Amino acid sequence: MSLRIGIDVGGTNTDAVLMRGNEVIAKIKTPTTEDVTSGITTALNHVLGVSNTRTSDIAGVMIGTTHFTNAVVERRRLQPTAAVRLGLPATAALPPMVDWPEDLAETLGRHTYLCHGGHEFDGREISKFDPDEIKAAAADIKAKGIQAIAVSSVFSPVNQDMEKQAAEILEAEVPGSSVTISSEIGRIGLLERENAAILNACLRKLAKDTVTAFKRAIGELGIEAPLYLTQNDGTLMSGDFAELYPVLTFASGPTNSMRGAAFLSGLKDAMVVDVGGTTADIGALTHGFPREASVAVDIGGVRTNFRMPDVYSFGLGGGSLVRQDPLRVGPQSVGYRLTKEALVFGGDTLTTSDIAVAAGIADFGDREKVADLDKLLISDTIDLIQAMTEAAVDRMKTSAADVPVIVVGGGSVLISRPVAGASEMVKPPHFEAANAVGAAIAQISGEVDRVYSLEGLTREQALDDAKGEATNRAIEAGADPKTVTIVDVEDVPLAYLPGNATRIRVKAVGDLTLNA
Amino acid sequence: MRLIDAAQLDDIALGAAVLGTGGGGDPYIGKLMAQHSIRKCGPVQLISVDDVPDDALVACSAMMGAPTVMLEKIPSGDEIVNAFKALESYLGKSLFATMSAEAGGLNSSTPFSVAAELGIPLVDADLMGRAFPEIQMVTATLYGIAATPMAIADEKGNHCIINTFNNHWTETFARTIAVDMGCSAFISLFVMTGAQLREAAVAGTISVVESIGKTTRAAHAAHIDPVEAVRAATAGHVIWKGKIADLDRRTETGFARGTARIDGVDEYEGRTLEIDFQNEFLIARSGDSVMATTPDLITVLDAEAGNAITTESLRYGYRVVVLGMPCDPRWRTKEGIELAGPRYFGYDLDYVPIEERVGAIV
Repeated sequence: MSLRIGIDVGGTNTDAVLMRGNEVIAKIKTPTTEDVTSGITTALNHVLGVSNTRTSDIAGVMIGTTHFTNAVVERRRLQPTAAVRLGLPATAALPPMVDWPEDLAETLGRHTYLCHGGHEFDGREISKFDPDEIKAAAADIKAKGIQAIAVSSVFSPVNQDMEKQAAEILEAEVPGSSVTISSEIGRIGLLERENAAILNACLRKLAKDTVTAFKRAIGELGIEAPLYLTQNDGTLMSGDFAELYPVLTFASGPTNSMRGAAFLSGLKDAMVVDVGGTTADIGALTHGFPREASVAVDIGGVRTNFRMPDVYSFGLGGGSLVRQDPLRVGPQSVGYRLTKEALVFGGDTLTTSDIAVAAGIADFGDREKVADLDKLLISDTIDLIQAMTEAAVDRMKTSAADVPVIVVGGGSVLISRPVAGASEMVKPPHFEAANAVGAAIAQISGEVDRVYSLEGLTREQALDDAKGEATNRAIEAGADPKTVTIVDVEDVPLAYLPGNATRIRVKAVGDLTLNA
Repeated sequence: MRLIDAAQLDDIALGAAVLGTGGGGDPYIGKLMAQHSIRKCGPVQLISVDDVPDDALVACSAMMGAPTVMLEKIPSGDEIVNAFKALESYLGKSLFATMSAEAGGLNSSTPFSVAAELGIPLVDADLMGRAFPEIQMVTATLYGIAATPMAIADEKGNHCIINTFNNHWTETFARTIAVDMGCSAFISLFVMTGAQLREAAVAGTISVVESIGKTTRAAHAAHIDPVEAVRAATAGHVIWKGKIADLDRRTETGFARGTARIDGVDEYEGRTLEIDFQNEFLIARSGDSVMATTPDLITVLDAEAGNAITTESLRYGYRVVVLGMPCDPRWRTKEGIELAGPRYFGYDLDYVPIEERVGAIV
């Protein structure tokens, strides 16, 4: 029987589970370390040790991480980023980052460059691509010492040539830079696609450091099984791919915890509240899968057009700072420094974990260290946490009817009382490791993105062909043929190409078959 | 008269999507542009049709083209003001106010840019009470009001003045020019006196979309089913519940055309609804039964959130509720049905008002 390891690297804790089939045979929660690697090593050593497992029996290591989402939400570890857009004279009304929250735009620096270029819907050029204009932008970017660059161009999903040319010039002119082009990330909708490219660009350095750390941790233990990271839709991508496209992991945390919560509780329709160290995520399960958002999804206040679970995140976790006058909880968090900075661990920062220990609803660290906390402060903070949770559950409900609420995640100790609006409160076994379980049971996908000529071929035939190909690719990538379903179909007609051409994108997913 | 500031545009855009019947463009870009203009130049005076003097001249401002294109090719911001000024310059007169030609979709908010940038009032009215894909499909045509002289402008600095023999020809020429301009152009047209306006316009529609937007937001806050709130606010009927199973779309002759297939759930289980669209949803059918047709309004709402989904935002797998809503009574006259009924769009179907269709389908 094949074994797989699911790891969730959160801002505060690293959780790992070792699974044989549908069974959790070992689990651990350990603090996320500053270098990421040693926390993962500790977790891996533990699950391998207690289960007496040989590394050669491991068929796959699946990592889900909220590292990149947290970086955006907290506006930390983001690189100053230049946004280069090709499209003038069009698009000048709404420059890049126009609808971003001020603080995030300021963190990245609002280095925006509007240049000529871009295409019309039918492939004509809006204006000529001007290499000198890109070189001038590059000189300015270089002078400012910026190395993260995002390039967008009008109608680049239809013709990505100009984005590629601009990227070549920028990479050559700005030594050490990494360039993200929008056509490789998003779909039609300039602002949303450009937003995703900018977020990806500002995270590339963090992604490289993080994935390298993951690989080192696994390699040092002699595990030769492939490393996967989980994506927004709950499917897996290789570590190398994740280094280039960190933005594709943005919703993987909630997706993993919701799929893990469904798996562990056996409930198919419920609200899932996942309280981590820095944030709490609330989402709805329908038929065992996360409900998808149909409107544009905001990440840290930025509009994107990914397919993502409909999740509401707010700054409540076990590491959230508690401040007084007026009383506030979060959104700042001590994160992985919880075991150094929280009062119960001998630090001098008041966190929600300290309040929970002082209130007697949790027991860890040194209770004596919080014995002197003001009783009123404790009860007011517990009330505030309860009110924040109830407001968030309420916000995600679409009818007045009560629904089951599944509470998971390490920070869920903070929720000590039944939540208003819940028909029942469920804390399933292994609740604290739901994320890691969700990562371990993540599925594998196969994708086709191809231009078809509809001459002598009906649209249905082309779609069937693409669906068949995507299914085959999923199976080749390791999906169990019996479980493969088509989850996404999109066709974009390319009016400018002769022969009624259309670009078809299909995604198929299935359960990973592991043979070790 | 009341002042509209940037914040109120949020409600207007939310409600306009419902009357947009899947088309009229995602109001988001139009809203951002209007808000940008208002922040720069100050709030816009919204006046009633009764506030326009009998002999004062008013013209409509709008975006023309394929909505999918504007999501990608965002305007420069000068086009819509340039079109308005070009029309004034051709007329040799200044215009008293501007207004919306279609309250559904992004053209509810685009005229706000003109009003803010030029410091003129905006009339609380439109010429459709919804969205339609072609220029002549306005109540003004029913009253013999000419679309031309009309100005059309692009982001490159081009503009054209069009004069035509009737409003169908305006559509033909303007559409060709709009395609050449990259399928996204800005227009200024339907010059009317205050007296004509009071007779021909659908009065109060900007306030109507604002109130639909407010109602939807209030339903979210109070956890009342937002779909039901929208249905009640529009006197609409639920005609389908289901999951998007397939989308066939193409951009041709300047329009976003296609068909959405929606597999039924609950009482609609086992059947499929097909909705044809040409920018807007036109015909909703399941097998042999016709559920709703133009000129009545067909709107697809997110089953959970209650927000209207535009044809370009429809995605495989979405769970939706489809509403049919009654149109302005003038669309139900013989002339109205000829101008915007099923046969105009090439369907061999009689127009039957939505209330009667819903009564007939058990």
